[in-house]
Amino acid sequence: MAMTKDISCHQAVALVSDYLEGALSWRDRRRLEHHLEGCDACSAYLDQMREIILLCGVVTPDDLSAQAVARLVDVFEKYQRDAST
Amino acid sequence: MEDQVLIKRILEGDRDAFADLVQRYNAGLTRLVRYYVKTDATAQDVVQDTWIAVLRGLSKFEGRSSFKTWLFRIGANLARKTGTRERRIIPIDPIDPVSSARFNEGGMWSDPPAPFTEILEDRLANAKALEACRRALADLPLAQQTVVTLRDVEGLSTKEVSQLLELTDANTRVLLHRGRAKIREIVEDELKGGYPWQ
Ligand SMILES: [Zn+2]
Repeated sequence: MAMTKDISCHQAVALVSDYLEGALSWRDRRRLEHHLEGCDACSAYLDQMREIILLCGVVTPDDLSAQAVARLVDVFEKYQRDAST
Repeated sequence: MEDQVLIKRILEGDRDAFADLVQRYNAGLTRLVRYYVKTDATAQDVVQDTWIAVLRGLSKFEGRSSFKTWLFRIGANLARKTGTRERRIIPIDPIDPVSSARFNEGGMWSDPPAPFTEILEDRLANAKALEACRRALADLPLAQQTVVTLRDVEGLSTKEVSQLLELTDANTRVLLHRGRAKIREIVEDELKGGYPWQ
């Protein structure tokens, strides 16, 4: 098939993130899917990428110190006082 | 508890509700602001100004967009004003996200990735991977870190991320790709040690 010119693994992994974003052109999507059908390693790579996105989704940002929250709550209380006077 | 409920309570003067809302969004907001300004200290100031602006506008917030989107937009605007002079051109890291060393001359894997979906079903391994993911995210270059945080941690759309960071969608996707690929590599390394009981 002329339109699904074979791509290498190296080229395939470069398309994976955009593929998951639904941002590939029709042609690139075809090429990638065609490659994935015959390549376990790149399929594993795609699965890993999915897992990474899932992991990121449950990362709770930890740079939020209790101190930072307390400081902002102080700001809130000051704001309340100023607003009521 | 939903944002709308918290907002209603905040308008009634409930400080705990405000603390909850801060807890929920401040880290993402801080990351976004930090993208525009040069120092953590400046970022802290802008973040504080953002929350004050939010409190001022909260009674008029109509919930047409999500609170998060509204908050981030205010933060991005203030940060932009503060950061204009500090603004840098975002360097697009030219390094290939997957080390070329892992491919042979024909571009085929010489060191193929090991699937880790099954490994992650183990609770310990999952915790380890999550920690590695957090660490990898913290170590990413600023632009990648910001994009991955907003897209994959905060769950904004690529379009929203592009608008907040004044990037083209294409550049946002490049940064996203690079960031994700690096995180994947670090998590893979972490799990390569295999199962914790081995
Ligand atoms: Zn392949």
